[in-house]
Amino acid sequence: MSDSTQTLVEVRNLKMYFPITRGIVIQRHIGDIKAVDGISFTIRRGETLGLVGESGCGKSTAGRAILQLYRPTAGEVYFDGQNLTTMKGESLRRMRRRMQMIFQDPYASLNPRMTVGNIVGEPLEVHNLLSPKERRARVMELLEIVGLNPYFVNRYPHEFSGGQRQRIGVARALAVQPEFIVCDEPISALDVSIQAQIINLLEELQERFSLTYLFIAHDLSVVRHISNRVAVMYLGKLVELADRATLYENPLHPYTQALLSAVPIPDPAVEARRKRIILTGDVPSPANPPKGCHFSTRCPVKLPICDSVDPIWRDVGGDHWVACHRVDRELGLTSE
Amino acid sequence: MAPLLQVRGLTTIFDTQDGVVHAVNGVSFDLNEGETLGVVGESGCGKSVSMLSILRLIPEPPGRIVGGEVLFEGRDLLKLDQNEIRKIRGNKIAMIFQDPMTSLNPVLTIGQQISEALELHLNMTKEEARQRTIELLRLVHIPEAESRVNDYPHQFSGGMRQRVMIAMALSCNPKVLIADEPTTALDVTIQAQIVDLVKELRRELGMAIIWITHDLGIVAGLAHRVQVMYAGYIVERANVHDLYANPRHPYTLGLLRSLPRLDARTREKLTPIEGLPPDLITLPLGCPFYPRCSYRVPRCLDENPALHAVDGQDGHEVACWVDVTQREEIRA
Repeated sequence: MSDSTQTLVEVRNLKMYFPITRGIVIQRHIGDIKAVDGISFTIRRGETLGLVGESGCGKSTAGRAILQLYRPTAGEVYFDGQNLTTMKGESLRRMRRRMQMIFQDPYASLNPRMTVGNIVGEPLEVHNLLSPKERRARVMELLEIVGLNPYFVNRYPHEFSGGQRQRIGVARALAVQPEFIVCDEPISALDVSIQAQIINLLEELQERFSLTYLFIAHDLSVVRHISNRVAVMYLGKLVELADRATLYENPLHPYTQALLSAVPIPDPAVEARRKRIILTGDVPSPANPPKGCHFSTRCPVKLPICDSVDPIWRDVGGDHWVACHRVDRELGLTSE
Repeated sequence: MAPLLQVRGLTTIFDTQDGVVHAVNGVSFDLNEGETLGVVGESGCGKSVSMLSILRLIPEPPGRIVGGEVLFEGRDLLKLDQNEIRKIRGNKIAMIFQDPMTSLNPVLTIGQQISEALELHLNMTKEEARQRTIELLRLVHIPEAESRVNDYPHQFSGGMRQRVMIAMALSCNPKVLIADEPTTALDVTIQAQIVDLVKELRRELGMAIIWITHDLGIVAGLAHRVQVMYAGYIVERANVHDLYANPRHPYTLGLLRSLPRLDARTREKLTPIEGLPPDLITLPLGCPFYPRCSYRVPRCLDENPALHAVDGQDGHEVACWVDVTQREEIRA
């Protein structure tokens, strides 16, 4: 499908369903939450792929399923050419050293009863890297890399501010020298003046250690700033993926267009001129997504076919992927 | 015309185990009839506490309003007794909150919750209140209002709950609506719906709005005037165009520079504000922004600047010793 020297992660038709059960003693399976409902994309070595969408669209679940923190219901994830979804035990554990995660909530993702040294050193211990003595030196080096005082090594998480805690989370992710990091809303819980500090840190680290990021966020301005390519997700499916400039300047999918128009810009002169596309209604439940296109219930430009037939996820030229019947029609493509 | 609401020297503290937290340190501002005032700042800057103090919604203890006055319709709200302030709250001055789930009672239908204010403040009968409630739900564009009035909060989505909150706040035709981060918990497309609704209601009903937020983007399209708060002080205030086109406080400048913009042309490196907000227990003698400021001069360490007018710009005020347009930035 693509050049293996360039592609680091390839996701093929990934699905992640969570069962809905009824009953306490005998649990009957009565349905599924289709959190991720068949997504395909690639992440290139050294790039940042932004994954945006509103809450509940499945973007975080997708990130976790890619790392095999959840075992996907269907589909495959290839990391450096190897299929993670069929891997188990020791071989999967060895692969995990190469991919790490940074979490949203810097308060919940650090164990309050462990020192910073233990938190950052734990991945080294788990993967049997370095002797205990070397580990301590490595932890101090990592703290310095993320902009913390190395002598904080014996302190506990509660002694730090939100931004500093997020730096600890970044140091932990870097400990095992991964190639790929899933950043799951790493700045959403931080104050505005602190957000830029963490964004700059992530950018510096990417350059210094040749990291590949999957950057999951709901803030389109931040994603635009940090990403090379951007994917937009809605109700378990990808609706559009393109390089940053194309997606923000020439969005094709009506959901992407509405999403971009809804983001406020801190400039009253610009705001006064902008036209907003106000979507009606709310996102449907992922337990019972609409037939056909998932966006059909809110789409301002829908066609009759959208209620019944799933649009095809395809490259409409120049590596610009979109799943929309209207776009297909305008380009003269068949939707069957 | 005299302002609708005049706040003078409002000061609120909290007694905690670690010491006295100086949350609001002498805040003064006016709110004119029909105007929308944006109040911007980060968490802990006193933006919510100052507005809660106006309505005396600060839990006492540990909170205490230790100074200032809030003049509304010729009376000082801080001097009213509990019964009198209750007649103002939810009636002439209403408030909506950030989290619409925790601010609605889960065991009462939304009809009961909206009617309560109508029966209490406007002496309506049960049936009149019900009819008015349905009207209000229609006003905030809740579909099938006649049947939804009997639903419980959990049967509504986040955006719909915020609409219910707005209906409740508007039930008694308030003169002032205080909105405390009403869209922070909502997704961006739902946020756009709510902002659109508020603009429409403002046009129709003409109430004055105080919109509290940490998002400089939202107020740009919504507010007439904006005041920026830091460490319990108002550090800058201007009409919305001057504030964004010509910011004068280093903190406002810093906030604007640290935000990536959706319409930015190039991928510039962001300029974060280094350091952390100050500890409100031991407030510095000088300017609270001093340790993080890239324009500081020695004077800032010893004297805290008061809010004063910016030359040549009507209504633009700043609390800073330095003229940022005349001075080079210090870069660490």
